[in-house]
Amino acid sequence: MKRRTVIVGAAVGLAVQLVPSVLAGKLKKTVSEFYGQENITAGRVHLKTPPLAENGNSVSLVVEVDSPMTEKNYVQEIRIFADKNPVPNLASYRLSPDSGKAKVATRIRLSNSQIIVAVARMNDGTLWSGSSETIVTLAACVEPLL
Amino acid sequence: MKARISIPAQANKGDVLEIKTLVSHPMHSGFRRDAIGALVPRDIIKVFRCEYRERVVFEAEFGPGTAANPFLSFYIRADRSGEVKFIWVDQHGEQTEQVKLLEVVDKIK
Repeated sequence: MKRRTVIVGAAVGLAVQLVPSVLAGKLKKTVSEFYGQENITAGRVHLKTPPLAENGNSVSLVVEVDSPMTEKNYVQEIRIFADKNPVPNLASYRLSPDSGKAKVATRIRLSNSQIIVAVARMNDGTLWSGSSETIVTLAACVEPLL
Repeated sequence: MKARISIPAQANKGDVLEIKTLVSHPMHSGFRRDAIGALVPRDIIKVFRCEYRERVVFEAEFGPGTAANPFLSFYIRADRSGEVKFIWVDQHGEQTEQVKLLEVVDKIK
């Protein structure tokens, strides 16, 4: 029992350490430029994009945040960032307790293979993040419109 | 802008419903070129709003990174019967509005 606790603890510790390290370089700059000095914790946000996208012009994205969505505890806002896009701030969604469920699906454009980050702001002001990586074989913005 | 909305017509009170919307719009990002190499000017929808019980329950802000014909799926909690209003506003301020009726019934048993 004790050994299991130790192993689980170590695994959780490793996971917590791994996630923020994904937010490296320019992406970290993009996100922190937006939120300034505010502290962003990795977790609670589940971002899903396909691992491989054939066409960057339309990539499905699903973001879900762990939240009971009650008057007292809900997700206020979700923002999506992709720093290799010409405009890294992809979209933002404002939710309310009437949403019932903090889940949004949409289709985005990606100009390059990259890591996409979603940051959620709770009604208590805390920020949480999740990320996902997509490899794009045909980027958006390159081919001419016919 | 032509919009298509999928929302159940009837729901039990307290149910969380998925709403799907699709609006036809090219969403020109302003970064692409046409066949003769000229830059296609940016033309995008900026804001989408869903109102229910005279309150904004969901709002989305789009950038050029949203795919053409913006698709959105989100959720609302059914509380009482009434109108659910969907509004899209493009960068020129042009609005498209659609209203759906939602009937909320008390849970059967």
